[in-house]
Amino acid sequence: MSIQINESPFQERVQKGIENDFMRQAVSSAQGRFRTGKLTQAEELGNWEDWRQLGEEIRKHTVENLDYYLQQLSDQVSRRGGNVFFASTAEEATEYIQNVIKNKEAKKVVKSKSMVTEEIGLNHALELGGVEVVESDLGEWILQLDDDPPSHIVTPALHKNKEQIRETFAEKRGYTNSDKPEELASFSRDQLRKEFLSADVGITGCNFAIAESGTITLVTNEGNAEMATTLTDTLVTVMGMERIVPTWEEMEILVGLLTRSAVCQKLTSYITAYTGSRLEDEIDGPDDYHLVIVDNGRSKILGTEFQAALHCIRCAACINVCPVYRHIGGHAHNSIYPGPIGAVLTPLLDGYQDHTELPYASSLCGACTEACPVKIPLHDMLIKHRQIIVEKENKAPTAEKMMMKGFAKWSSSPAAYILSTKMARLALKAWTKDDTIENGPGPLKNWTNSRNFPAPSKQSFRAWYKEREKSGGAS
Amino acid sequence: MTIQNRDQFLNRIAASLGRPRHTDGVERPKWSVNPQLEVLKGQTQENLIDVLEKQCKIIHTVFKRTDKNGLEQVLKETIKAYNGKSIIVPNDPRNEQYGLLNLFHEIEQRIETHIWDYTKQKENQIFAERADIGITFSDITLAESATVTLFHHKDHGRTISLLPHSYIAIIPRETIVPRMTQATQQIHEAIAKGEDVASCVSFISGPSNSADIEMNLIVGVHGPVHATYIVVD
Ligand code: SF4
Repeated sequence: MSIQINESPFQERVQKGIENDFMRQAVSSAQGRFRTGKLTQAEELGNWEDWRQLGEEIRKHTVENLDYYLQQLSDQVSRRGGNVFFASTAEEATEYIQNVIKNKEAKKVVKSKSMVTEEIGLNHALELGGVEVVESDLGEWILQLDDDPPSHIVTPALHKNKEQIRETFAEKRGYTNSDKPEELASFSRDQLRKEFLSADVGITGCNFAIAESGTITLVTNEGNAEMATTLTDTLVTVMGMERIVPTWEEMEILVGLLTRSAVCQKLTSYITAYTGSRLEDEIDGPDDYHLVIVDNGRSKILGTEFQAALHCIRCAACINVCPVYRHIGGHAHNSIYPGPIGAVLTPLLDGYQDHTELPYASSLCGACTEACPVKIPLHDMLIKHRQIIVEKENKAPTAEKMMMKGFAKWSSSPAAYILSTKMARLALKAWTKDDTIENGPGPLKNWTNSRNFPAPSKQSFRAWYKEREKSGGAS
Repeated sequence: MTIQNRDQFLNRIAASLGRPRHTDGVERPKWSVNPQLEVLKGQTQENLIDVLEKQCKIIHTVFKRTDKNGLEQVLKETIKAYNGKSIIVPNDPRNEQYGLLNLFHEIEQRIETHIWDYTKQKENQIFAERADIGITFSDITLAESATVTLFHHKDHGRTISLLPHSYIAIIPRETIVPRMTQATQQIHEAIAKGEDVASCVSFISGPSNSADIEMNLIVGVHGPVHATYIVVD
């Protein structure tokens, strides 16, 4: 399935991630910057916990009434001259978009970054049909030239350094200047400008759809989404069905949480809210507009203990604090959704079969849960996944099963469970190093120790990983 | 326009949620907290302008302040600093009120100007694409994030603030509010009264930028490379 980015086994991907020194350092320094930046933003607000509370309430209410808000959204989009297509599966979505393109006899599509189009494998499907697809987000474009998968939701080309980028530009586009970031960017600006002006169809994702007016909100710094929505006559928005808010007032709250958590900014340079087709006598914007709303497994998450995973606003804060992601980088997770939220979502969307190791790629230190601006209990969900993998899916090794039985017994007494997790959290302080928890034991010490996951305190990740491999760790 | 597969899709959602479908009567609950209303609450307009000025530094935007009489001079300086040889503006009644038409008349020998004219169709876009400078008035200005809000319409194309190399926002003092909360509240209330929202509302905070190359901030990626805000008293 296209949610996976790689065919090689988990260990190999982890090993590659560890060996890619640049990737590790880049991830680590990016995490540091994102984290301190977010702390200042949160401190400046003073009441960050209230903001998170509000974010959670909004997401919870919206997802609980998703059918109502999607109905309102689609009515409004249609009233404003747009077509709405509800796609149950990835295939339905791509087929519809292929038809839009075919009807326009379009040859070139320009896209702005979108996780959901990655999820449904849109680029690949369009390219098979002979359509040229240009990614317009700078990081995505760099990766596209090299046919490389993204490693971070917010800064997808995090694992590439500027020399590598210069080489890619030289090789693929005849670039002759230096590896100065400004020169690289200015070259990209010229190249991509040409692409925008010659594209027949624009495709974007959606940060937040606003039900009351049928409006799509896009959040970017580069201005590429604005180019795509402004310059093409045919525009397609693809949205995961949960990416919606009731009114403009909730949009504002969630956009603020997103920009502060994702890029440590009060707002990004561009927040664009567009509604339907362009109006009479308007020149900019599409005259043929399509909104594709994608389920692709999401409705199976509704009504389960994982429902809150659909509250995610894709800010990557959980990824930026994750000690495991810090060590192995983004590619090892083998999903377009990396880090803790990826470990929660991927098995839900794509089944446990190919992803049994993902919920284990976490030290359960809880940093992700604390970072999440909409308070998704990520590490609790990871524990639930492990339970399911062990008990229902029967996919974990025998030692695992025995330990899980112990866990069930121990966790069946809520008081004991709360007390011990609390204590574990306090104990974690001992492992805290410049604000992240490195190699922490996690709240489920005994259980996780049987897997040698996470590392015992003084051991480095590499040493720990080697040992874990020798003793035949999870596969 | 068409809506396809809706019922089957929404019925499935309702079924997963374990209840009958909600087709009407859903109200937003009263949220338990409203921290957004506390930010910059009760600040004077002067204080908000200070906040705006400070935030401009953070977003790589030049901040200037003048009054209606001084605007022409400040604009001339800014245009010169950007080496502007061609300028595009919306067809906005404020062009005249703030003396832009006079200014354009005065500089027309040296500098090419274009006022958005929808009857000229795509020519507007073509001019915007090669223009050095786009100038617009801010409709609502958000102090906290140094953001100008633009409501686009047939006389105000989206490309004016997007395609030119540099962008100048003229900010009438009375458009300044604490933060995005006030802007979206206005929009929400207008919709509740039955008004249609503009086909595109842009919230712009400074020049376009990216951190995609080794996490270094680079200014000027797809949109403008430079931005100046001029607050007019
Ligand atoms: S789970 Fe929370 S922290 Fe992680 S990306 Fe989603 S919203 Fe952000």
